[in-house]
Amino acid sequence: MSSEELIRQDDVTIRFAGDSGDGMQLTGSQFTDTTAKVGNDLATFPDYPSEIRAPAGTRAGVSGFQIHFSSHDIYTAGDAPSVLVAMNPAALIVNYKDLKPGGIILVNTGAFTEGDLKRADLDSNPLEDGTLAGYRVIEEDINQRTIEALEGTELGKKDVLRCKNFYTLGMMYWLFSRPVEPTLTWLEKKFAKKPELVDANTRALKAGYNHGQLLRLFQGRYEVPKVEGTAPGTYRNIMGNESLSIGLAVGSRLAGLKPFLGSYPITPATEILQQLARMKNYDVVTCQMEDEIAGVCTAIGASYAGRLGITSTSGPGLALKTEALGLAVITELPLVVVDVQRAGPSTGLPTKVEQSDLLQSIFGRNGEAPIPVIACSSPSDAFETAVEAVRIATEFMTPVILLSDNYIANGTEPWKLPEMDSLPDMKVEFVTDPEGFQPYNRDERLVRGWAIPGTPGLQHRVGGLEKDHVTGAVSHDPDNHHEMVLTRQNKIMGIRETIPTPELAGDTEGDLLVVAWGSTFGQARAATERLQKKGHKISHIHLRHLWPLPYGLEEIFAGFKHIICPELNLGQLARVLTSEYPKYPFESYAKVKGKPFQAFELAAHFEKILEEKS
Amino acid sequence: MSEMQQLKAKDYKSDQEVRWCPGCGDYSIIAGIQATLAKLQIPKENLVMVSGIGCSSRFPYYMDTYGVHGIHGRANALATGIKVANPDLQVWVITGDGDGLAIGGNHMIHSLRRNVDMKIVLFNNEIYGLTKGQYSPTSPRGLHTKTSPFGSVDNPFIPIQLALGAGATFTARTLDTQPKHMKMVLEEAAKHKGAAFVEIWQNCVIFNDGAYKEWTDKRVRDEQTIQIVDGEPMIFGADRDKGLKIEGSEIKIVRADEATVWNSRAESPGAAFAMSQLDRHPEMPRPFGVFRQVSAPTLDDMVHDQIKEVTDAKGVGDLKDLIYTPDCWTVE
Ligand code: SF4
Repeated sequence: MSSEELIRQDDVTIRFAGDSGDGMQLTGSQFTDTTAKVGNDLATFPDYPSEIRAPAGTRAGVSGFQIHFSSHDIYTAGDAPSVLVAMNPAALIVNYKDLKPGGIILVNTGAFTEGDLKRADLDSNPLEDGTLAGYRVIEEDINQRTIEALEGTELGKKDVLRCKNFYTLGMMYWLFSRPVEPTLTWLEKKFAKKPELVDANTRALKAGYNHGQLLRLFQGRYEVPKVEGTAPGTYRNIMGNESLSIGLAVGSRLAGLKPFLGSYPITPATEILQQLARMKNYDVVTCQMEDEIAGVCTAIGASYAGRLGITSTSGPGLALKTEALGLAVITELPLVVVDVQRAGPSTGLPTKVEQSDLLQSIFGRNGEAPIPVIACSSPSDAFETAVEAVRIATEFMTPVILLSDNYIANGTEPWKLPEMDSLPDMKVEFVTDPEGFQPYNRDERLVRGWAIPGTPGLQHRVGGLEKDHVTGAVSHDPDNHHEMVLTRQNKIMGIRETIPTPELAGDTEGDLLVVAWGSTFGQARAATERLQKKGHKISHIHLRHLWPLPYGLEEIFAGFKHIICPELNLGQLARVLTSEYPKYPFESYAKVKGKPFQAFELAAHFEKILEEKS
Repeated sequence: MSEMQQLKAKDYKSDQEVRWCPGCGDYSIIAGIQATLAKLQIPKENLVMVSGIGCSSRFPYYMDTYGVHGIHGRANALATGIKVANPDLQVWVITGDGDGLAIGGNHMIHSLRRNVDMKIVLFNNEIYGLTKGQYSPTSPRGLHTKTSPFGSVDNPFIPIQLALGAGATFTARTLDTQPKHMKMVLEEAAKHKGAAFVEIWQNCVIFNDGAYKEWTDKRVRDEQTIQIVDGEPMIFGADRDKGLKIEGSEIKIVRADEATVWNSRAESPGAAFAMSQLDRHPEMPRPFGVFRQVSAPTLDDMVHDQIKEVTDAKGVGDLKDLIYTPDCWTVE
């Protein structure tokens, strides 16, 4: 077969893996941006070590980036990769088992010396000992090729070798028929002040591309046609933390408020603080505080003063903020709390995914302290969910917890940008009239007014002690406390009046209903569709609002023989649903490996249930 | 403002009944703060009183201003959020030795370090009052309390030292039993731009009565304490015949005419720190007054200056630009 002939592929998953210092995240994100521009649908997921500087060449130091791209719409970052790029033995050994049988492995043999093998804890060379039987292994000394490509450059050997990721990227561009131009443009912008780096990386990239062809390493070349029938509109490739940050800024503006983020760096939520810190000309105030507690407390203070208080964190930080959340509940101030979940307990696996903060979010406070909880389901959905969090917080004068997770935060997908005039109007009105003002006067939805310091005649005190239900004065009256607890509870349950019943994917009646939330959306939807195509009576419903739960679920549950909740925890949603809808049996499918589900694994499990129970 | 609208001290009182124990030093402090606000004619709607938990922290409820009664130790963080959100407000933190130096110690040092423009009034009674008598981070070693029945073995903080060490731009000490001195100090604090830390010795009549008797009792007061005033020689004693002389980091008792002229505005906090160290020396008088008073940019100003700078350079952000970036593409 001539290497110029294109083999059509509709669905490809590539994993780039190397040492932390090999630049695999960059290679992956460049491949992603170019792929988005070519018009494929895609989803990505980076997998990096939690140690910033794990010893070079060790298994602990392996950093990976997976991209799934396709000629049709896709939901996930892919199950088993069909191509693995391994820059050293550690990257190879950690990743090869995930590969599809018969998959392609491109290995950089330049990093397979005795020492390299030893650092990867290998007694023998996997390229020679049969480990890779059943895969199509392509060996290339990428180190040497890069050195040759950059001959005559003034860069030192170390800097030359740092260009090997661009050489690799070039090879992959050739193999999958992607243009090099977008990356060349990017290089020029990125290193505008260092022309020698633009030149070196450009040469490496082009050499990799040309050698792909000349060296006849591959037995063919692939094309993945662009998606036909994509909904018209403007798209942008977006990472979850970024779209969530944009949503917070946009939501605040739509509410007519200036945002204030009080936060403390924590993996994997730090990016939100970094993103918002850049938005100064949007009148966004960010304060990097001394700890998690100060982060939430400054945000509460800012809300009292009339900004929209926001705090961002991950599970351990949410635990630290717990007492302050109770203060926000009793003072009835708007507050958006973003929890980008990671694997716990304690420090757990900080760079790995889990959905185990659901119960902490709904119930984890002293006293009766109801807080609405919502969750985003994908990188682009994080935008809308953030706007929704702002809406609920301001419309109901309440803290709101928005759950994202590591998989969404660092994953990317094309985002169909909203029409500007389709964004909701959710303007907030402060109380300004002293006539009859009482701090705990409520409207028909039980929401109290928001009067801010600086307004003459409305001086009032809020605080953590129970308040008289009207005047806000401290009250120890038993009946008043009972009434206030119920009022706060009923106010939060009243949010149900403003949230839609989620759409059901599939028929309203069937054998199995998949009920999921958060980042499992993609795998749950893909698995469901796969089984539907096989003729199974299976449907999927995905919950954005987790507390309070929307109306209409009961009617949906009633249409199915079995209900399953796949979650990256030990069944937290299943537990909530069981207590809220005791008439229905909710079966949990739990996975806590610090890794997302794979669509095939869900499909296999669902199919087993369908077969066993029919 | 016309004569008619002049605010009086009592105008700052809320309609809530004040519920501290009869004889508690807190009464004199709230009167001092109300008098100071009236003297400076601070509009009530521009004032926010923020507190944590403890006897002193009930303070905001008794003031006809805006106020937040927060959670234990977090008043400084709440107040930072309020001040940065709206720098036009005058923000007061009312805290105690437990609230501000134990559970809230971290927020205390960081709000001082950042120089947030707010007044921090720390009621120091060297005891936990609200929880009914346990030793605090300022209790002297050996103090017998319910949790130290054989005497406390903890070494106490000297609050002024902590504030100086954290970089406070205004640090002062006064006492509940000397309303005139207290008002003078509070007025200076209120006028200071930046984090103003004021420690007030406050007598808890119930759980630690007479904690300061050794210094404040009329019979010994003049010998055991010294009022330091910027630009004046440091003189004390019943006959005003003794003075303090600063030599390097040492402080000596000398004749009045040899006393050092106190400079609270010195660039280095060294002398102020040496003065605060006198608390560890029983033979020396304890100083009251303004230890340090320097000007520095405040966090709230800098945050908003930066926003203005970036906005001037980039223009007011258009929402569309946040969403529609140059790397987007269109599908027809
Ligand atoms: S317990 Fe002490 S500090 Fe508290 S109110 Fe009574 S006297 Fe004052």
